Amino acid sequence: MTNLSVPLEAYLTVAALLFCIGVWGLINSRNAVRVLMSIELMLNGVNINLMAFSSYLDGNEIRGQVYAIFVITVAAAEAAVGLAILLSLYRNRDTVDMEQFNLLRW
Amino acid sequence: MPPIAEITELIVFVLLAGAVVIGALGVVLLPNIVYAAFLLGGVFLAVAGLYLMLNASFIAAAQVLIYVGAVNVLILFAIMLVNKKEAMAASPGMGLRRLLSSGVCLGLLTLLLRVAFTTPWATPGPQSIGEDAVIRLGEHFFSDYLLPFELASVLLLMAMIGAIVLARRDVFATDVGTGEAVDQALIEKARSPLLVEKTTMEQSTR
Repeated sequence: MTNLSVPLEAYLTVAALLFCIGVWGLINSRNAVRVLMSIELMLNGVNINLMAFSSYLDGNEIRGQVYAIFVITVAAAEAAVGLAILLSLYRNRDTVDMEQFNLLRW
Repeated sequence: MPPIAEITELIVFVLLAGAVVIGALGVVLLPNIVYAAFLLGGVFLAVAGLYLMLNASFIAAAQVLIYVGAVNVLILFAIMLVNKKEAMAASPGMGLRRLLSSGVCLGLLTLLLRVAFTTPWATPGPQSIGEDAVIRLGEHFFSDYLLPFELASVLLLMAMIGAIVLARRDVFATDVGTGEAVDQALIEKARSPLLVEKTTMEQSTR
């Protein structure tokens, strides 16, 4: 059942690319919504890693899939709370520019 | 000559991986945030396709339902609510920051790829159980992963209440139209604007 035509390293490469693109977007985005989207990209990269290891190295006990479910749960909660915080910020500061949110900057 | 199933699998993998990487680049780089949000949905769908290739149909379905159906729609709603064309003022040191962060990300990518390609993975591992994965997942959730499973439900409840509290308007304020103090009844009024824009308030005071 394990597919041999696509090696494990190919999945790890895709996951690494996705994670690094997410990190780059997280650092360089000015729009707060895009920052949240970059976080979702990073979480998806981690999930691809977990699922690849689960399928290739842990075929009987699919513990990677269990962890992926938990990651998806936490990601959904994070998206809801993050967007609520963003709405509250927008109502108070009237902008979504990350450079303007400097209330806690020393 | 490899059998045709393996070639098909390879082609599908290359297509899905290309869609994931190009879509993610579009999410990060496109100037229009609405296009970026729709591309994010495409990335989620392609990742679900990768899960299907990894014999995980349940997680693929969960990915489509939760990410495409809930998270992406939530992000689109947030874009709709904070949709304002604003010219972001140029920040000093932006070019240097981009250069440095690109270097850091490329270094991280090199490190990850080096780890992935130099580690002797024990492939092929044990036989994948395929479609029995759902049964095994249920066994895991109700035996050795029971505590995290219950904690996840508490976390979701906390996130739900927290999101409601954070995103709720302050209903114990004055009515914008009449100027009189209002309470919860403001929610029931259909005519009152949900999001008061500052420009309209300034125009009305002028």
